[in-house]
Parts: sequence; C-alpha cells; structure tokens
Amino acid sequence: MKIPFKWLQQYIDITLPPADLANRLTMAGTEVKGLEVIGGSWENIVIGRIIAVNPHPNADRLSLPTIDLGTEQHTVVCGAPNLMVGDKVAFAYVGAQLIDGYTDKLSTLKPAKIRGILSSGMACSEKELGISDNHETIMVLPPEAPIGIPVADYLGDTIFDLDVTPNRPDCLSVVGIAREVAALTGQSLHLPQVSYEEAVPPIDQQISVEIDAPDLCPRYCASLITGVKITDSPKWLQQRLLACGIRSINNIVDITNYVMLEYGQPLHAFDYRRIRGNKIIVRRPTPGEAMVTLDGVTRILSENMLVIAGGEGAVAIAGVMGGADSEVTPETTSILLEAANFNPASIHYTGRQLSLPSEACMRFERGIRPELTIPALKRATQLIIQLADGKAARGFIDVYPGKLDREPILLSVGKVKTLLGVDFSLDQIVTALTSLGFDCKMGDSASEVLVSAPYWRSDIHQAVDLIEEVVRIIGYDNIPVTMLSQPLPRQNPEPILALKQKVVHSLIGYGFQEVITYSLTSLEMLSKLLPEPHPLEPAPLRLANPMTADQEYLRPNLRVNLLAALSANRRHEDGGIRLFELGKVYLPRPDDLPDEPEVLCGILSGPGFEKSWQGEAEPVDFYTAKGVVETLLSQLGVEASLEHCQDETLHPGKQASIVVADGSLGVVGELHPKVARAFEISEPVYLFEINLTALLPYTVGHRMFQPIPRFPAIVRDIALVVDAGITHQKVLNIINSFPLVSQVTLFDVYTGEPVPPGKKSLAYRITFQSPARTLTDKAVDNVQQQILAKLSHDLGATLRTQN
Amino acid sequence: MLQQLEQLKSKALQELTSINHPEQMESWRVRYLGKKSELTRILRSLATLPVDERKAVGAQANRVKADLADGLRQKEQALREMQLAASAQEERIDITLPGHPFPIGRLHPITQTLHEICSIFASMGFQVVEGPEVEWDHYNFEALNIPKEHPARDTMATLWVDFKTDSGQRPMLLRTHTTSVDIRIMETTPPPLRVVIPGKVYRYEASDATHTPMFYQIDGLVVDEGITMADLKGTLYEFARRFFGEDRKVRFRCDYFPFVEPGAEMAIECSVCGGKGCRLCNYTGWIEILGAGMTHPQVLRNGGLDPQVYTGFAFGMGVDRLPILRYGIDDTRLFYSSDLRFLRQF
Repeated sequence: MKIPFKWLQQYIDITLPPADLANRLTMAGTEVKGLEVIGGSWENIVIGRIIAVNPHPNADRLSLPTIDLGTEQHTVVCGAPNLMVGDKVAFAYVGAQLIDGYTDKLSTLKPAKIRGILSSGMACSEKELGISDNHETIMVLPPEAPIGIPVADYLGDTIFDLDVTPNRPDCLSVVGIAREVAALTGQSLHLPQVSYEEAVPPIDQQISVEIDAPDLCPRYCASLITGVKITDSPKWLQQRLLACGIRSINNIVDITNYVMLEYGQPLHAFDYRRIRGNKIIVRRPTPGEAMVTLDGVTRILSENMLVIAGGEGAVAIAGVMGGADSEVTPETTSILLEAANFNPASIHYTGRQLSLPSEACMRFERGIRPELTIPALKRATQLIIQLADGKAARGFIDVYPGKLDREPILLSVGKVKTLLGVDFSLDQIVTALTSLGFDCKMGDSASEVLVSAPYWRSDIHQAVDLIEEVVRIIGYDNIPVTMLSQPLPRQNPEPILALKQKVVHSLIGYGFQEVITYSLTSLEMLSKLLPEPHPLEPAPLRLANPMTADQEYLRPNLRVNLLAALSANRRHEDGGIRLFELGKVYLPRPDDLPDEPEVLCGILSGPGFEKSWQGEAEPVDFYTAKGVVETLLSQLGVEASLEHCQDETLHPGKQASIVVADGSLGVVGELHPKVARAFEISEPVYLFEINLTALLPYTVGHRMFQPIPRFPAIVRDIALVVDAGITHQKVLNIINSFPLVSQVTLFDVYTGEPVPPGKKSLAYRITFQSPARTLTDKAVDNVQQQILAKLSHDLGATLRTQN
Repeated sequence: MLQQLEQLKSKALQELTSINHPEQMESWRVRYLGKKSELTRILRSLATLPVDERKAVGAQANRVKADLADGLRQKEQALREMQLAASAQEERIDITLPGHPFPIGRLHPITQTLHEICSIFASMGFQVVEGPEVEWDHYNFEALNIPKEHPARDTMATLWVDFKTDSGQRPMLLRTHTTSVDIRIMETTPPPLRVVIPGKVYRYEASDATHTPMFYQIDGLVVDEGITMADLKGTLYEFARRFFGEDRKVRFRCDYFPFVEPGAEMAIECSVCGGKGCRLCNYTGWIEILGAGMTHPQVLRNGGLDPQVYTGFAFGMGVDRLPILRYGIDDTRLFYSSDLRFLRQF
C-alpha cells in the first residue's frame, strides 16, 4: 500500500525523517519496500502570483506574465493559454531542474531569448514538475498557497510503499499506520473529528436491510445522503488518490476510496434510486444467477458467493464489485452508502473465481473487524456532505448478526520470558501494549495482566500474539542472542542421505558433471524415449494446472531430461560429455501420494578424454558405461550381475540389467539409435540408471578385513579359442571355480586370422595364490591343466597355439 | 719399500683427483689395482721379503690397496652423480605443452551450497531429514495454519496434481515449501527435535531471471522444552556468521508467517552496495535471506505436541539465492539449464 508522508502527518506528529521512520516500521513488521520522494528535484522553484499578463510584442500566441514572488517580481515569456491575473503558480528560477516537455528528461533551465524578449525563469506546467503529463497549461496552485516559499515545501511529499503482511488488514490504512507510528515513537494521535447535521426523515423509513446469509455477512451498515451533486473531486483529493495509485472517478466514488485508504474499511456507493423496492437483501446467489458488473462484464455467480440484492435482483457482488445498474452516474442525486463486513474466505474465493482482485477484496479477505464499519461510514458521509452538497438521513442502517464478544487474554511475565528468552517487566509489557491501543487490566497476581485488543485488530487471539506485539514494539534488537543449550537430540540419520553423498562424490570422481533438471516434463518429451510410439504405461502423474505444456507431467525417469541436456550441450560442446543427475522420480500409486524413489542416471558420449596433442582419445563405449556401474557398485560394496534385458529406449543388442539379489535395480546400455535421433543426437550415447532407494538395503554394513597374502603369487597367461557365442562370464565362472585362483583378468579379445571363422580368442591372466603356502610351479601346472580340461569339456575351449 | 708404497699411494690418489671420465677410471684401476699393477706386484713379492719386513710391508700394502679401492669407489660415486647432474642439465622438454587432461566432475552449485549449509547446521547438532515433494494439502497448508482461502496461499501459488477424491476435493500438490515436512516429523519423532530439511519446492510462477517454477529450500525445526526466540536468533546469527562471514551485518525484524508467532525475517547487508542501497537490494541496503519464528502453538498441537510443555522455532530459506549472491549470477534459470558453460564455473 502507498501512503503519502504528509497524509500520515495529518494524524500524528512525526519528528523522525521519513527514512528513519521507514526503518522503524520495517523493523516492527510493516516493511517499507520503497520511499518515493516527490519534489526531490524541485530546487529553485517557488510559489508566485501572477500580477499582470501583457501580450508579447512579436508573437500572438505568447504572452508576458509578471509574477510576484513577494520580495521580487519577474516577467517571463509564456505560451500557456491559461494565464489569469491573481492565480498562484510555480515559478522556476534559471538553474532549476525541470522535465523537458519533449524529451521527458530532466534538464537545467537556462535564460532564453524568445522572439526578441529575454525570459529568465518560467511558470511551470505539471509535466515540467513531474506531477502529471499535462504540458498544455501551466499548473495553477490553490489560492491559499503562500507566495515566496519553495514549491517542494508546499507540494513535495514522500510516498511510503508498504508491504503489509496478510495478518494486519488494519495497516492497509493511513490511520492504521498512524497508530503504528504512535506506538513506535510515543507521539499522540489526532484522528479526524467527524460530525455533521442529520436531516429528517430517518433512514429506516426509506430503506430496509435484511441479511439472509449471516455466515457470510456478519454486519451491514449504510447511510443515505440525498441531494448530492456528482462532480469532479477537488484537486487535493484527486492528487491524494493518485499518489496512492488510485484513479479519480467522481467526487462520490473518490470519497469511498479515500475513506477506504484512510480507515481500511471498503465502502460502496449505490445510486439509491436504482435500488428497487427500497429494500436490500444480502444473500447467496440463486442457481445460475448472473449480473452485469461496473466494468460491463456479465458475471455468472455461484452459490459460495454473496450478493447485495435490491427488489429486482443483485445490485452488487458483495465486497468485490458493484453492479452496472446501480452505479453512481452524473445524474445520481441520492446515495446509499454501504459499509459492511463480509466473510474473508468467501470474498477470497469470489475474487479468485471471478479474477477480480481489488483494493476492497484485499481488505475483506484478510479479515477486517466489523467494528470498523460505523466510523468509516460516518467519515464518508461527512465528506459527501462537505464535497457533494448532500443531506444525510437521520441515523444508520446497522444489521449486526455476527456480533461476538472477545474474551480478554491472560498474559504473564513468565510466559513472555519462556518464549522470548528475555525478561521484560510487567511495566514494559503494559507500556508496549497500551501504546498500540490495547486495554490492560491487572490480573490475579502482580506478574499477570488481562489484555483486550482494540476493536480494529483482527489478529490477536492468544498470548503468543500479544508477545509478538510486545517484542516488536520494544524491538527485535532487544532479543538476546543465545546458542541452543538443551542436550543434543538423539541422531538417527536416514541411510539414504549417506548413500546419496557417497554416490555423488564417486560420480564426480569419475569425471561426471552433476546437473539438476526440472521434475516436470511433457508427454511429448517422454514419447521421444520410445522407438515405436505407444501410450505410456503407467501414465505419469499429471498436474491439474500446469504452467506450460512442456511442464505438465511429473517425470517418471531421469533419462528424458539428461538426454535433452546432452542434446542442448552438443550445440556448443564437441568433446566428451559425462552428465549425471541424482534425484527423485514420481511413480503414481492409486489413491496415495506417488512413490518417490531416489534414482541415479548418468550419460556418456564422445571421446573418453579430452582431445590432446598426445594422441586421439578413443570414444566411450558400452564398456565405459558398464565400467562406471561396476566401479560404483564395487565402491558401495554391492555384488551385482549384469544380465540381458529389454529396455525399449536402449539398443536391443547393447544393454544389460543390473541385477542385485535376483531383482533388477537398474540398467546400462547404449541409447537406441531411433531415440538418439528423436533427441537430435547424432552419436552413440551410453546411459546407466540405478534406483538408489532399492539399492540401499544392499549397501549397508561393511566388508570384513582380508589379511594381506603372505605367500607369493604365480601368474599365468592363457589364450583360449571358443565359439563366438560363448560369453566371457561363462569362462570366468569356470576359472574362478578353482580354489587356488585368486584373480582373473581378461586382457585380450580377438577375432579374425588366424582364429577360425565363428570362433574368438579370449586371453586371460590368472593369478594363483594360496593363503597357506608357497605354490610350486608343478602345483600350478596341475591346476591349470584341470582348468583347461574343464573349459574344454564344458565350453569346447581349446588352447590357442602360436603358429 | 714402505716409502715406495707411500709414494705409490699419493701418486695414485693425486691422479684420481684429476680424472673426470669413466674410461680414465678404468685405466686408472688397471694401472694401480689391476693384476699387473705395481701394488699387486709388491703384494706378490711379499713372500720374498724377510719375515719382520714382510709383516710391516704386507700390512702397509693392504692398507694402501684398501685406500685406493676406497678412493676409486668415492670417485666412481662422484662421477656418477656428476653424470646424472650433467644429463639432467642437458635434458629439456617444452613445459608449456599442455598437460594430459583428466575429466573433471563437479557438483552442481546448489548441491555444493546445500552441503555447506547442512554441515554448518550439523555442527550445531541439527540432523538432516527429507520428505515427499508431492504432498497433501494438509501438510503443506492446513496443518500450518493456512486453511483454504487464506491470503497466505496467494503468496505461494500452487501447482496441483490432477487427482480428485471421491468428494471432489483436490488435495494433492507439489509442496510450496519444505515446511511441509515439519508436521510429519512432529508426528513421527518425539521431541527433542533439531532438524534441517533441504529439498525441492514448486510454485506456479512463470520463469524469468529471478523466478523458476522449481527451486530449493531448506527449513529448520527445533522443538524442546525451553526453546526461546533468543535461541532462534543465536542459531540464525551463527549460521549467517559462518556462511556470509564475520563482518557481514545482519538484521532481524518482525515478519508474518501463519505457522509461527512471533514471526521474524533475517536479512544481511547487501554485498553489492554495502548497505547504501542499490538495484540488487531494491535500494534498501538489505537482502532478505530467510523467514523464521517461534512455532505457533496450534502447529505444535497439529503435530501432536502440547504447547504448554514444548516451545520451538522454525526457519525457512531459499537456497538458490545464496550462490546467486555469492557468485553474482544474473539469471536463476541457469541453475536448471544443464548448460556446461555455466556449470563448469563452479
């Protein structure tokens, strides 16, 4: 909310400079987001009075006004058509900073010869002062403006831009902020004195009000003013509204807005003659009821809303917008002025459903107090009488079904200390609360007080609310700084957190860059993962209100985003790329929150090392990706086997499932070429995925220490020739089944001459070692023969001979 | 004879000093220690000497032999070292050729920041816990004193999951803050509680340089007997001191969040203008870092705890903002762009 400093000063004496006051307000909970100084650049501009206007001898359109500044007089050249002897104007001396009417930039006024006459100084337009866009006429100041004083002193102001928190609708008003300032500075308030003459007959003979929905309308008050003249508002009122960001409409509407800004109570003015039947009913809309609002739009209403209805249907959507039918127009002569209180949730709902946020809505939905209606109604009625010549009917309508008594709240010194950790005396507590208008009565003991909140506060329900009031007035800076001194709670760290830490550090050790991608994606992106189109099974979780079509679904996997990331990076990266993400995927479950397992996904493409002068690096392949998986699992102490599988996103012949204890926990493989093309990737891409949540149980615990071998090892190399279909795993299993074998390393795989077609050669380095003795060559020869015999028998393997 | 041996020794050792090539070494060895050397000849002729002389000359000759052999060893050693030094002096490579590059892996700047924050709080006895990102309205709003149609919901525009109950309600959402985990923890863990809750949160907000629909938050929750607002201030000041540095000014002011009372906001002095006011800090001199406060008694009750017995505090902080401030990042969307040109800088 915007509040001009000068308006605030009408209600409270302020000795602090605006910036200091802003800081006090901010510290106490009402943040001042900005201070806009009006007239900050108005140096060398003073108020003068036109005492003569003579024609320019050389130009018909120009004239030569003489301006009296009290101690001196100046004659200048002026082109404005509205120069009148006796008018007060803003006179700028040479050297003043003015906004240029054509370039809109601030420039310094220089003496100028216009059509042969020297003009030193000028009479300013509103535009030149930055007040409005009017550059056609010079600005005429009110007749009471004092001659000779700087315009900045007279018209300048500082606008406070306040961020009022949702619990303080009372601060959405000048009076509310004045009350805050009074409490913070100790100055006393002087609020507007409201009194006016009432005419006969009484209002209740002219209109009746009935509340059909008391749950949505706790109170409805109204006054009736007849004989009003609808005109423009006086200049001061227009400018004040403008400074607060509200456009001027006419004197009546402006007064309702002015009083809303002043007291925080929204008001609505009906054209009394347009309310049929002299009766108002506050009710829920009838099924399918529609009405045309002030903005000319037909609104369909629903049963959770509230309307103000006359004898012939709705005349306003309560608290949100008036109807076009009963709008105040230039022909209006009688005003029914409404000041009501509506249910906050209902107003919030209605404002949102109809997309009609408004200043009134904002105040109602935050829960202003029903007690505000009468003071605001009186104030507005008084202003209408003053500024629109009306006569008020005697009395008010006041229907108040929602009247509730508020119980006082018990507050003790001990409670304050328990919550804040600081000892405030009862005296300090009472002083702070009293300064805010709270009523404090002594309680049963000397350390207690019974507190009643002032009528304008809707946010005080219990002792902690009072404690906040006390400490924000005394100042948060007076809360001491202490470290937690309670015994440390028992720690039960979730094991998945440690696993995630371990995994990310391993991955960066392997040269992978971590990425974090959005959890939201689209069916279109997910479909790119399918080489042949078909519906996604199970369907991913959909949002009811997606921001954009490309963020409509919660991701069921990480690969979709990593492939998009790779594709995007390929536009500017030609080296090897290794990316990983560790994050949640979202798997729908019937009638429950989705399952959110933590998944690791990595992708690799391009050369394994950066291009170097020491030689071209080999591109990564399936075995690089598999190596990452094997190394990671080995670091985590997990025994896994890789088995054939069918993941449609991956190359049918180059993929393996990561199997731990008979369950598949992930996959590694080359991206299906059709999928790569869908992502606009033109090179082989390798990918691995591991469900860490599922892996977790196999990673906990630790391996036992193995003694370092005391006896020497004997190493033998053998080269086997086997059928091309025989896998390394089968050979390995046989070799490993012999007890003295401690390590087996495959060091060559070869096909082609001289190995016969349909066969391949596998070369192994086998380490033999015994934990109990030094092996002899003879013993090793013996085992090696047994190995070869079994390989030959089981797999048809022969020893490859040199020839 | 003894004198002859003495002369032989001094001549040999003198020659040895002037040697500076391995070939000369060999000829020196043949000359003085070889089979045909004078010393060998003397040693062989010992038998021809009278007994008393034989003893003296023999002892002397063996000493000379040992000294010469010793001198030879030392010289050889010295020559080897000279040679190594000389060859090292001669060998030259172009040290400006680039080194062999190893692929470097890096953690995402947000992960790095989260690790840093969590370790600061861990050192104060906080345990890290996590919770679901897709959440019930109850945990995200209702139980935190934010009923339907509460204006505070407007400040956390929500992405709702397309899921309706039989009664037509739409209760499933993407959590708008990690505070959603507070009630879950209170329900499952008896006090004392001292936890931080990092994680992703979501808002219905258009992407621009300062907003993304997904970002990270870290919340804190402490519940025990005798927890005070002074403890809250102390905990947050300690965090600020360690994360932002000893000299950074901190501001602790009143603010409002429905789930705490009293509520507070902590800001740090703007790093760009040093508190004078600039565009980054919206000309206030301060940058808001987190919201906090004493856990509202109703929230404690909603979590199954008795506010007559327990007090607590909570705080919540946007994480993305911290690397933005620290590194001067001008567009928050970069975090989720996966752009290596960005990520490689951290």
